[in-house]
Amino acid sequence: MIVNETKNSINGIKSSFPIVLGYLPIGFAYGILGTKSGFSILQVVALSLFVYAGSAQFIAISLLSSGTNIITLIMTIFIVNLRHFLYSTSLSQYMKKINRKHIPILSFFITDETYAVSITDLKENNEYNEKYFYQLFFISYTTWVISSFIGAMFGSFLNGSVNIGLDFALPAMYIALLLMQISGYRKVFISIFSGLLSISLMYILPGNINVIVSAVIGAGIGGLIDIWTKIS
Amino acid sequence: MDKNFVISVLGMFLVTYVPRFLPVFGLSRVEMPSFIKSFLEYIPVSVLSALLFPAIFLKGNHLFISYKNIFLIASIPTLLVAYKSRKLFSPVIVGIISYILISLAIN
Repeated sequence: MIVNETKNSINGIKSSFPIVLGYLPIGFAYGILGTKSGFSILQVVALSLFVYAGSAQFIAISLLSSGTNIITLIMTIFIVNLRHFLYSTSLSQYMKKINRKHIPILSFFITDETYAVSITDLKENNEYNEKYFYQLFFISYTTWVISSFIGAMFGSFLNGSVNIGLDFALPAMYIALLLMQISGYRKVFISIFSGLLSISLMYILPGNINVIVSAVIGAGIGGLIDIWTKIS
Repeated sequence: MDKNFVISVLGMFLVTYVPRFLPVFGLSRVEMPSFIKSFLEYIPVSVLSALLFPAIFLKGNHLFISYKNIFLIASIPTLLVAYKSRKLFSPVIVGIISYILISLAIN
């Protein structure tokens, strides 16, 4: 690959390295879990290609295999992925200098990791153009798709009874992502509140709707607390 | 691939893509009300907790708070590593290894 760059510009290829390291094991674990839950390699990879959101894909696999209906599934994925709205809002000020025709393509590739890495780069240096994004985003995406494909192939050969701890991959990822998001007592409170509400609602509401309902109520209470404390 | 799966993937693509696309494409010029901003700030925390708590505290739709609950016990080292590192990779690996070790110890 030929890379032309001016001296001070940020390099998307270099910046993608930590993302590649993170995506390889998680994409692999996702792939294994997918085929072990009874999906075909094609289906597992299709989610990586079209949804491209790690935690949402794990959740989609677990919801689809437990027979959740399509509306609940899509609503849950919507809420789970609503955080991209924040990332996109935050990136928008940096993407203003990029030709708008690139935006519909580039925005597809915003993830937790590509956002975190690019926002750090962009804050430090303003010598960049769309090439930075294409490099960073394309390498990350390719890594994710390929690692989930390899995992899916590996999973389809695995014996069903092998316990390689993957049952815990998803809860472990929730914990890791949660701790990356939590700062301050308010968020700790909203976390515990939403979690307990989700458990309680599970007894009342059918088919995983508890997740959407408690997430919306929890975030709503958080928003209200913020507003009340600002007014007083 | 059956029809339901294709519809699911298409639906998931749309609801994931639109929140990624709208703000960078121009919504940024519209100032959001502060409640909506705050609400969105709390969404990741509330969603993840709503997913996590049932996954570790319940077994077969019933509360299962016991040292025999492997998910719950394995969450402790995972939480500690996640708290220390604030990254994705190491807590997931520590969690998976603890889970395997605890299930070997209990069975």
